[in-house]
Amino acid sequence: MAEEVKLFRTWSSRYSWRIVWALKLKGIEYETIFEDLTNKSPSLLQYNPIHGKVPVLVHDGKPVCESLVILEYVDETWKHNPLLPQDPYEKSMARFWANFGDDKLMKSISQLFIAHEKDQEVAAVAALENLKLVEEQLKGKKFFHGETIGYLDLAFGWIANLVSILEEIMSLKLVDGERFPHLSSWIQHFMDAPVIRDCWPPRDKMIIKYQVMREKYLAAATPK
Amino acid sequence: MDGEVILLDAYASMFGMRLRIALAEKGVKYEYREENLPKKSPFLFQMNPIHKKVPVLIHNGKPICESLIALQYIDEVWHDKNPLLPSDPYKRAQARLWADFVDQKVHTLGRKTWSAKGEEQEAAKKEFIEALKVLEGELGEKPYFGGEEFGYVDVALIPFYSWFHAYETCGNFKIGTECPKFVAWAKRSMQRESVSKSLADPEKVYDFVLILKKHFGVE
Repeated sequence: MAEEVKLFRTWSSRYSWRIVWALKLKGIEYETIFEDLTNKSPSLLQYNPIHGKVPVLVHDGKPVCESLVILEYVDETWKHNPLLPQDPYEKSMARFWANFGDDKLMKSISQLFIAHEKDQEVAAVAALENLKLVEEQLKGKKFFHGETIGYLDLAFGWIANLVSILEEIMSLKLVDGERFPHLSSWIQHFMDAPVIRDCWPPRDKMIIKYQVMREKYLAAATPK
Repeated sequence: MDGEVILLDAYASMFGMRLRIALAEKGVKYEYREENLPKKSPFLFQMNPIHKKVPVLIHNGKPICESLIALQYIDEVWHDKNPLLPSDPYKRAQARLWADFVDQKVHTLGRKTWSAKGEEQEAAKKEFIEALKVLEGELGEKPYFGGEEFGYVDVALIPFYSWFHAYETCGNFKIGTECPKFVAWAKRSMQRESVSKSLADPEKVYDFVLILKKHFGVE
């Protein structure tokens, strides 16, 4: 019996890309439904009534929301090419760092991105401290998961892509090879991996999107 | 066989209560260590350097932080007794989402009922009740969120019941009249020994909230 798998996403959502990569790693065929978040489809609102966000994975009519929850669902449903470690402690660590990435790390980098020049130095300290913690998690491994890409690599995938875009817009280097040798190396390995390579949102489109976003924030925060 | 299990916790912490319940459900022997919040010990900073919060589950010397992560860890290590998460991947995903809803809504809004003032507090009270009503909808006619069996979402949510008295007193509102189904579920859950032994006394929680209010300068 053929399975029906649908993925509701946007072209740029970093959370959605995690699922694109995961489904590719598992070799799962699926249909993509692109959403315009300013004009959400009735289907999206039906499948995710509480938050109305992407990504939503719909498997045989049953919706799963929240990207990290979806990653675990995908891993538990299609058991080949496992994404999460087997050991409960290692699994807990992967979950912990994925949450850290979405919470503290992302927030500190966002704060830096929308900071006025006079506030940039302080904001950079927090972002760099958090990046250092992530650097330490690599411990010289090729990927966070080990020799192959796993859950935490997918969860951190936005670092490989989005950070360089923000750096270009801010004219500020965050993840440099000297300060973050392991993370820089990981970015290269991740971007070169067959599953990930060319599986990105278009860079020029991303630069425009984030540039516009930054200008809006800076304008709104400027004292009158 | 269980190894060395230490729970670094604080009596009134609803997150700590989750782990106390889970360890009791699994019959795991552990050492309980109390943190004297809001003061934090060097040991806590060592075990949870990133968030510096309780609870921390320490199993054979290895710390696991964040209550829902530790809850899943307990369920996975001691999987043969009273499983908390269902085995079906779709049901597991739903359970995880609802536990996340508890953290995002029940905790965040509940906190504002005692820490916010004026309009912010009024809005929080209203949204808090709405969140409980959403949970009532999810519960439906089932005895527990886990279905026939007490499960992951039940464990994640029930500790907040011990904070209702503090929310009601500080916020000057009654939760039971608005959400009778929720209270019925809570009382049913309290009949389990693992829950009644793990939940803090609501009066003591209220005393703790008064300490927190003073500490954070909320009048």
